[in-house]
Formats: sequence, C-alpha cells, structure tokens
Amino acid sequence: MTRELLTGNGAAALGAKLAGIEYLPAFPITPQTEVIETLSKWIEEGSMDCKMVTMESEHSMVTAAGAAAATGVRTFTATSSQGLLYAAEMLHTVTGWRVPFVLVNVSRGLASPITLEPDHNDIMALRDAGFVQIHCSTCQEVLDSMILAYRLSEDAGVRLPVIVNYDGFYLSFTREPVEVPNQEYVDRFLPPFPTNQPRFSADHPMSQGVAVLGGSAYSYFKYQTHLALLNAGLIYKQITNEFQILFSRSYDPVELYKLKDAEYAFLMIGSFSCKGKEAVDQLRAAGWKIGLVRPRLTRPFPMDELRKSLAPLKGVAVIDQNLSLGMGGVLHQETAAALYPLITRPILAAFVGGLGGRDISAEEFYSMAETIREAVKTGETPPQRLLYTEKENTDMQQLQRIAGTHTTSP
Amino acid sequence: MYRIRFHGRGGQGMRTASRILGRALFNEGYYIQDAPRYGAERRGAPIFAYVRCSTNPINERGIILRPGLVVVADQSLLSIPAAGVLQGCTEHTVLLINSKTPDTSLLKQLGFKGIILTLPPLTTQKDDHFPSASCAGGAAALLRIINLPALMKAAQTELSNLPLETLQSNLDIIEETFTTLSKQPTAISPDGPVFVESHNPPDWITLPLEQGGPNIPAIIGSMTSHLMQTGSWRTKRPIIDRERCNRCWWICNTFCPDGAISLDEDRHPQINLNHCKGCLICMTQCPTHAITAIPEHSNKTNDKEKSV
Ligand code: SF4
Ligand code: SF4
Repeated sequence: MTRELLTGNGAAALGAKLAGIEYLPAFPITPQTEVIETLSKWIEEGSMDCKMVTMESEHSMVTAAGAAAATGVRTFTATSSQGLLYAAEMLHTVTGWRVPFVLVNVSRGLASPITLEPDHNDIMALRDAGFVQIHCSTCQEVLDSMILAYRLSEDAGVRLPVIVNYDGFYLSFTREPVEVPNQEYVDRFLPPFPTNQPRFSADHPMSQGVAVLGGSAYSYFKYQTHLALLNAGLIYKQITNEFQILFSRSYDPVELYKLKDAEYAFLMIGSFSCKGKEAVDQLRAAGWKIGLVRPRLTRPFPMDELRKSLAPLKGVAVIDQNLSLGMGGVLHQETAAALYPLITRPILAAFVGGLGGRDISAEEFYSMAETIREAVKTGETPPQRLLYTEKENTDMQQLQRIAGTHTTSP
Repeated sequence: MYRIRFHGRGGQGMRTASRILGRALFNEGYYIQDAPRYGAERRGAPIFAYVRCSTNPINERGIILRPGLVVVADQSLLSIPAAGVLQGCTEHTVLLINSKTPDTSLLKQLGFKGIILTLPPLTTQKDDHFPSASCAGGAAALLRIINLPALMKAAQTELSNLPLETLQSNLDIIEETFTTLSKQPTAISPDGPVFVESHNPPDWITLPLEQGGPNIPAIIGSMTSHLMQTGSWRTKRPIIDRERCNRCWWICNTFCPDGAISLDEDRHPQINLNHCKGCLICMTQCPTHAITAIPEHSNKTNDKEKSV
C-alpha cells in the first residue's frame, strides 16, 4: 500500500486501472474529462491493456458500455450532468439488460441556467434508472468505491451497473492523501469477470433486451430488476466486510458519525458531509449532542439502516444538495417515507443548499442545528428553507439591474 | 490548520504553485488538500488555488474563506473585485506580493489591515518565467514547517514534465526564494475553526416569488459585455504594423472573438485594449503578417497604433 496525492478524478482513474478495465467508451464533459484523459494517457503509454473508443455522444457511450459488458468485458465509462441526462434513455435500458459495468458521474448542476459547479440534481434525476448509486465524500472513498463497485456489479445476485458519484470541483479537482491498495490485494478482492454467467459472443449469439408485450412478462422482468437492486444492498454489506478485512477501511451503506449518544443529526450525502462532520466536531465542543448520518448508497435506498439510526433521535436536519422542482429535496422526501411507519420518529427540518456549487458555511451548519433544536422544543416542523442570504439577494439584484431585468433602482 | 490561497491569472501557474506547496507539506507528513478554482478556463482570467494543511485529517472543503496567507502573483488583480484577492483577510493575514513595489496605498484603500511582504527579486530571473516557482518557494518559507529537501523533492515531482533546463531554472528559483524569505522574521501561524460560541449567524431570507421579468435568467440590457474589461487578461499584446496592413480589414475584425477590432476613418484597424484579451487569433489570421505580439508588460509601444 502506498500513499499518494490524488484528485477525485485521479482516484477514479486509478480505481479503474486497478480494477483491470478492458473497455472504455468515452465522451468528454467538465468536470469529468480528467478521468478519461488520465486513463487515455496510461493506455497510450502501454501501462494499461484497455481499448478506448471515443463516441459521438453519451447516449452511444452508455449503449456501447452496456453492449460490451454483455460480452463479458470489464467496462468503465464516465460522465457528468448534461451528459448523464443525455444518456438517460440508455441508462434505463441497460439496467434491463442486466449487465455489470461501472459508470462514474461527477456531479454538476443541470441547465438552465448553465453552470459547471456541483449539485446532485443530475444524479437524483436518474435515481429510478436501476443503477446502484454509491456517493463518495473523499478521494479515498472514490478509489475504494471503484473497486467495490465492480465486485458488486458482477455479483450473480446483482448483475446491475453501478454509478460511483462524487462532486465536481469539491472532489474532482481537489487533491488529498489517498492510500493506494496493492494490485495483488485488489486482484484477491476482485476476481476476473465471471465467465459462468450468460454472455454474448459471436459463436453463442443471443437476444438481449427483447420485446415483451401484454404486460405480464414486462412486470416480471421489471420487478426482478427491482429485487436485484434491493439484493445489492445485502451483497454490498458482505463485500464491504471483506473489503474491511483486506484493506482496513469500512464503508457501511450509511455512515454514522458521532451518533452514539446524539439527540440531533445532520443527514446529507457527498463531499459536503465532510463540512457537516467539521460542524459536528465544533458543536460537540460547545456541548451539543449531535452527529451526522451519511447514506453512501441512495439506490438501493438504505431504509432499514436509516430507520434504525434515526429512530432514537429527537430531530434531524436533512440537507439536500438537490431540488425536485415543485416538491423539495429528494433526500428529505425519501427519509420521511422511510420513517413514516415508525410510531415515534424524529422531527425533520428540510434544507436545500449548495445548489450549483454554492458553499455551505460553518455558520450555516450551526444555524441549521439551532433550527432543528427549536423545532424539537416547539414540536413544530419548520418550513423547508433554501440556504440563501440577504447579501446574496442584494448581489443578485445588482446583477439583475445590469442584465436589465430588474427595474427598481438601488 | 494552515490556510493558503494563491491568486493569479490563468497561465501563471497558480495551480502548480499550490501543488508544489501541497506536496511539500505532504512530504513533511502533514494532511493536506490542494485545489485550483477556475470557471471556463481562459488564459489571463483571474483564477486562484488553495492549500489546507493540518496535523489531523481535514474535513473543511471548498474555497478558503479565512486565509492565513494570500500569495498574489499579479498585483493588477487587487483592483478587480471579482478576483476576490482580499476576501476574508484579517489583520493576521499575510499578503505575499509578486512585485518590487507593492501598491500599499491601494491596499489601505481596500481596507487590508494585515502584513504585506514581497517576493525577493531573483538573481537567476529569466525572461518570461512563470511566477509559480517563486510563489511556491515563498509560501513554503513563510510557513516555517517545510525543510528545503522536502520542498525540492516536491517541486521535482510536480514539475517532472518540464524539459531539464526549464526544470533546473525553476528549481533554482524555488530554492533562492525559499532561502531568502526564510531569513525574514514573519511566519504564518496556524488558525483555528469557526467557533460555535462566537459565530455570526447567517442572515438567511425567505426568497419570495418575483413575478414578471426578473426571475428569468436572461440578459435584456445591451452592451453588458462592455462592463467586462477582458483587456486585463492579456499577457501578450497584438501590435498592428500600418505599413504592412493592406486594410483588408475584415479578416482580423471578423476573427477577433471579442469584437475588439474596429476601423478608423482611413479604414485602418484599431484594437480596443480594454477588451482585447490577447488571444492573438488576429495575428495568426492576418494574411500580410501585419500583426505581431509583444509581452504585455514591456515598455515597447507602437506609436502608429493608437488604441482606445
Ligand atoms: S487582417 Fe491584417 S491586413 Fe487585414 S486589416 Fe487586419 S491587420 Fe490589416
Ligand atoms: S488578440 Fe486580436 S483577436 Fe484576440 S482579442 Fe485581441 S484583437 Fe481580438
């Protein structure tokens, strides 16, 4: 094991290399491009035996990835934001093919207005596609998740593609110390692509993704995909246990940070949860009983783990870095759904923040903690809040005046 | 935790500077985080990069709001508010400026109350060298927790793609800056977190629906790009030789991506230096080779070329 400085993109590329990928269909998009640039350099140098093909769009890129995986080739591909949505039709399609491969999505806000910076609307928009979704909060986790993802994806009880997701800029271009696992250990953990499962080859032609009319066969196959995705949650726990033994790093489906005696918690995913942990440390130093709950898996949604960890709490601030327009934050909705069957359950305060890469400050975490404590005191659930300040609004009005869309004078 | 921000222009190597510093600290056994921050990448546009360093794992993320050290590769950035050079500076912040003559009166006017230091003039200075090496060497010296061998090893790793001669001259610059600045008395001290007890709560508002025009992301006002002085991005300046120019006029004018070329009464092309960003596309396109380029900060001017 060596220690290296890697960006999130560098960690994803190295994870793909260690996993021994054999096929890489690619299409560039910021902030993901560095992943395929790094891999293409290694392929060019000859340090990787992998076939890279540049496609004309993400739609064909995902089609190629699914088709290659159907032939029994370990396949990797990566995109972001608009690219992920452009591939949306095929993302739904390939999960029905039941083919294992790994796709990195480097989260970036969706147009319009256009941005390069991160939020989770891209990945959340694809939550129903049938991919396993793993959300990373550090560069180390990006690398490790790549290796876990292949193992999970290729398991006979899963056979579904996996998305490894991490935030643009906050991880994609940020270097941190990363423990790089030995190839030998990776090979022990991740055996070659299983040959005992159905796969397409020229001498054994087969039809995949066939048409089924009448609804009954369709219901069967769709529900099978759903069951396989739920099963991925169980398999995930087994393989992360093995991973822990080999590499001494644990990756529970839901990470619980300082939750033991906690009355309150932040609930969030992705790299901003590190900021949340920092806030927990400071709040604890000031006497608060608070922790943090971070789902690593959002599909399958870790219902049981969330119920178990949240039930004893008084209040939870759910911080969504996404916005389901016309409804609210997705994590908030799904957490509320998970808790509904419980007779006693914590109050949830819904926050939407960090859209389009907008930072969330330490001060804002402290105020979110205040909000949930106040709500617990009064027993009233506060309305959803967008993290947005007076100063931001004044700056916005200034821009609107320049743009000629704001008519009132300053 | 140590929090360091490097400000420069795209092409001046601020990402490299942050990476050399980050790796040097990593070599010394610290936890670090380094990252550049730029939008749609453009040479000459303001960019910054940052480094965090601690003896413990780092949970802070994103832009550094309370820097202990700010390194400024290009003093002209001070007057551009969007560059955010002084954002979050306090009386404890050290500003390390790449200039013999720091603009102290401007800094005072901008409300900077911290300590101002300058990068020492180099004996090995080469024409056209990028400030990344001296910025990295200077920052490393001020932290007082990096030894020269760890810094040099970091620089060799980060600059390993350079041709040998360029690598050597960059290493010389790093060593010289580091050695000189190590001798002066100011040192950066690590800074704590935002404490819960003493924090200022955010002034959140409940955003109301604004009906009608304002809430649509559109630009109705005309000539808004005039407010964007892309001229400050230039590192090279195009100069038109009137003798060679055959006044075809449309070629340079058409190709200029910023519409910075217009015609005077005699149909001679004129470059608006407030907006010319120095991409030199006009130079590559001119059929008579009438356009040449000079370094932006050279004193040479072309009298015949009167610019707005
Ligand atoms: S393209 Fe060259 S020749 Fe034509 S107007 Fe411009 S400078 Fe003159
Ligand atoms: S260098 Fe030439 S083409 Fe580029 S912005 Fe300036 S005038 Fe226009």
